[in-house]
Amino acid sequence: MSIQVTTRQVGDVSVIDVVGRITLGEGASTLRETIRGLLAKGNKKLLVNLGEVSYIDSSGIGELVSAFTSVTNQGGVLKLLNLTKRVKDVLQITKLYTVFEVFDDETRALQSFA
Amino acid sequence: MVTVQLARAEPRSMESREDQEIMTVDIFLESTLESADWAEKLVLEAAEKLGFEEDELHRIGMAVRETVVNAVVHGNRYSAHKRVRFRIFKAPDHLAVTVQDEGNGFDLSALPDPLAQENLLQQSGRGLLLVRAFVDKLEICRTAAGGTQVRLIKYLPHRPPEKASNSV
Repeated sequence: MSIQVTTRQVGDVSVIDVVGRITLGEGASTLRETIRGLLAKGNKKLLVNLGEVSYIDSSGIGELVSAFTSVTNQGGVLKLLNLTKRVKDVLQITKLYTVFEVFDDETRALQSFA
Repeated sequence: MVTVQLARAEPRSMESREDQEIMTVDIFLESTLESADWAEKLVLEAAEKLGFEEDELHRIGMAVRETVVNAVVHGNRYSAHKRVRFRIFKAPDHLAVTVQDEGNGFDLSALPDPLAQENLLQQSGRGLLLVRAFVDKLEICRTAAGGTQVRLIKYLPHRPPEKASNSV
């Protein structure tokens, strides 16, 4: 399996659950289309759950950054939830760990959007 | 997709700086993203046999994937007429991989620093940074034909010394 992306609405926050690999090609483009679709519908509070992401490459990181800037430029907020060790490692190497607001607990993450 | 298989288990001598290396894979890959999957699969098989553990396997696989993607995307620019030569070498203390494209080369010093504050939010440009972080040695050189060859080296996991025999 490459990637599976599902979305659910919790109050006014769109939670994007990502499972699998976010790599150049299908993985990165699926995530991009999902986030674009949510923005197009006016959803501007996005929480990306990466708890089941086994692998992310530089293109996947690029998609997260691109999503972050797109959402921010439209007056929205994008935060990350449940980073696996591997995703966290990559965000630290690329110095992006401090750029994103990151949570380990979904309830706290949702409360932070209030 | 693998298109040509050239050699197996052939001593590496002419261009080697690591004279104990044995070449175990030497293939030409098409300039498609699927080639990154092939390369990752092949190197993981080799690395697993050498005893690398799960986290290191992940780093090796990712470094190879990023390198092959660079060769396909930036080197060969997805050209159907160009291929990526992919080789794996094993030595007593390390695993080496070379990835060679048929592109026009690039100036390493001209690449933007992805860690510079002004570049942190750029969408691309982090591949080489991750490769550097995940291998022990990275060498980049221009091929005779003008393309780029990247050589990655990962040293084998430290094995604990054999226990002294308890002879009485």
